[in-house]
Amino acid sequence: MKHWAGYVVLFWLLAALLGLLLSVSGLALPGFAQADQIDLSHLLALPDSSAWLGRDDLGRDILSRLLEGASVALSVALVVTSITLLFGTLLGLLAGYYGGWLDRLLMQITDVFLAFPGILLAIAFAAVLGPGLLNLVMALCLTSWVGYARLTRVQALSLRQRQHVQAAESLGASVPRILLRHILPLLAAPLLVEATYGIAGLVIAEASLSFLGLGIQAPHASWGSMLRDGVRYLLVAPHYVLAVGFSLMSLVLAVNVLGDRLRDALDVRRSD
Amino acid sequence: MLKRLLGVLPVVFGVLLLTFLLVHLVPGDPVEVMLGESATQADRAGLRAALGLDQPLPVQFGHYLLQLTQGDFGRSIHSGADIAGLLAERLPATLRLALLALAIAVLIGLPLGILAALHARRWPDQLATIASLTLSAMPHFWLGPLLMLLFALWLGWLPVSGMEGRWAMVLPALTLGFGLAAILTRMTRASLLEVLHEDYVRTARAKGLPERQVILGHAMRAALLPVVTVLGLQLGSLLAGAVITETIFSWDGIGRLLVESIEKRDYPVTQACVLVIALSYVLVNLLTDLVYARLDPRIRFAS
Repeated sequence: MKHWAGYVVLFWLLAALLGLLLSVSGLALPGFAQADQIDLSHLLALPDSSAWLGRDDLGRDILSRLLEGASVALSVALVVTSITLLFGTLLGLLAGYYGGWLDRLLMQITDVFLAFPGILLAIAFAAVLGPGLLNLVMALCLTSWVGYARLTRVQALSLRQRQHVQAAESLGASVPRILLRHILPLLAAPLLVEATYGIAGLVIAEASLSFLGLGIQAPHASWGSMLRDGVRYLLVAPHYVLAVGFSLMSLVLAVNVLGDRLRDALDVRRSD
Repeated sequence: MLKRLLGVLPVVFGVLLLTFLLVHLVPGDPVEVMLGESATQADRAGLRAALGLDQPLPVQFGHYLLQLTQGDFGRSIHSGADIAGLLAERLPATLRLALLALAIAVLIGLPLGILAALHARRWPDQLATIASLTLSAMPHFWLGPLLMLLFALWLGWLPVSGMEGRWAMVLPALTLGFGLAAILTRMTRASLLEVLHEDYVRTARAKGLPERQVILGHAMRAALLPVVTVLGLQLGSLLAGAVITETIFSWDGIGRLLVESIEKRDYPVTQACVLVIALSYVLVNLLTDLVYARLDPRIRFAS
């Protein structure tokens, strides 16, 4: 029971993998319909043995679509996290280590990005870039690097004063070597914790944009667009919204709890 | 304090520049995207000239700033309506919603946070922690429909959506407020726990003050400071949260205006909504910092 968060995350990772496999191969779960298989004779049907979680407004199997949605949510979150972690960390390292105008410029830019509350800037980018998976990833990348850059910068700023870094400097180590071998390893723990919370945030962000019609487009499934469709039929088919909502909540909650556990285990203090 | 005021200027400038550049991020020709394929050459040239898109970028930006200083946000491409008028029409609804949400969050979050801190690591604390963890894993587009299902459709206590009558505001405000209450609970708990170990709290107890007065009169005064900061930061994000909440509950505020403008590809309106929300956020943060400085004697007397 103690490790429930880990098991829930593992469950969704496997579900996402299965969803990806099914949508790429075009196969279906045995006994279930494909995620995009329309069945107009079973619109908004309640859960039964042929569709364990019921069917949506086009008679599609909600369970299969949930799996596809999980693969979209997690792959978007993981791809965006990898890109922004790399980019943000690099910027933060350079700014924190060199200081000067580079540092001031980076801080100015991140200040401006942080002046847009919550998901607003991602919505704005997605709005002008247009809907679609690639634009969604782009909009999220454009806004998600800021946290990593600021975290890395603050840490690099103080780490460069440490004796082992100054020793490396006086031994004539090159800047890339100092940054990668002497500073970055000490940043791994806080960055890992930050990235874990970041993944939970991105699952929500992807769903938010898709909810607003800015993300994944039909016929592909996303938890956000499923929720939007589900809200329309809330009275006649509450099972639709409930199935998607509880899935999303369980994943986000488990990732956040995992983040808390990592933070405590690695003894990381977060500023916010 | 003057430094803080001046420090805001580059941020405001950056926000203006970024929102201005938004339209230029549109892949291809924004005019074509806005008008669709059926538009004639003359229509396109007309709109391009009307938006000033035929001029060099710095000139366009200068023009944009000049217009904004006169309170001119341009016109909607879709309806031709004056955008400043649209904003003035929609903003009050969003502010009302955000303020009620804030009140709900404070009424739930503060007492719950105090309760959790006073009973740290016992069941009230654990319950509050579980509740706030669960709530923070519930984005507005999931909490909103859930509340709607529960209180409007099943129990029938509150209107489903729209703006008719005074009760219509309750569900969207709860949707916005609950998430904030979760954050506030955790902040209050952490902040109060930290303060409870301070010497002056022990002194207050030692001189025989009743526990109630120690907590509310002494400890809470100091513990509230970081909470105020979070509250200020979150008031701004309530405006962003309103984008989705207003869409769910058909609440005609600035958030819904933004979503509608995106659907219609009405870029000037999108731009104006994003700008207004971001600038209000900057303003609220600035005010929070100033209030914080007034509240905290350590800062007040230092400057």
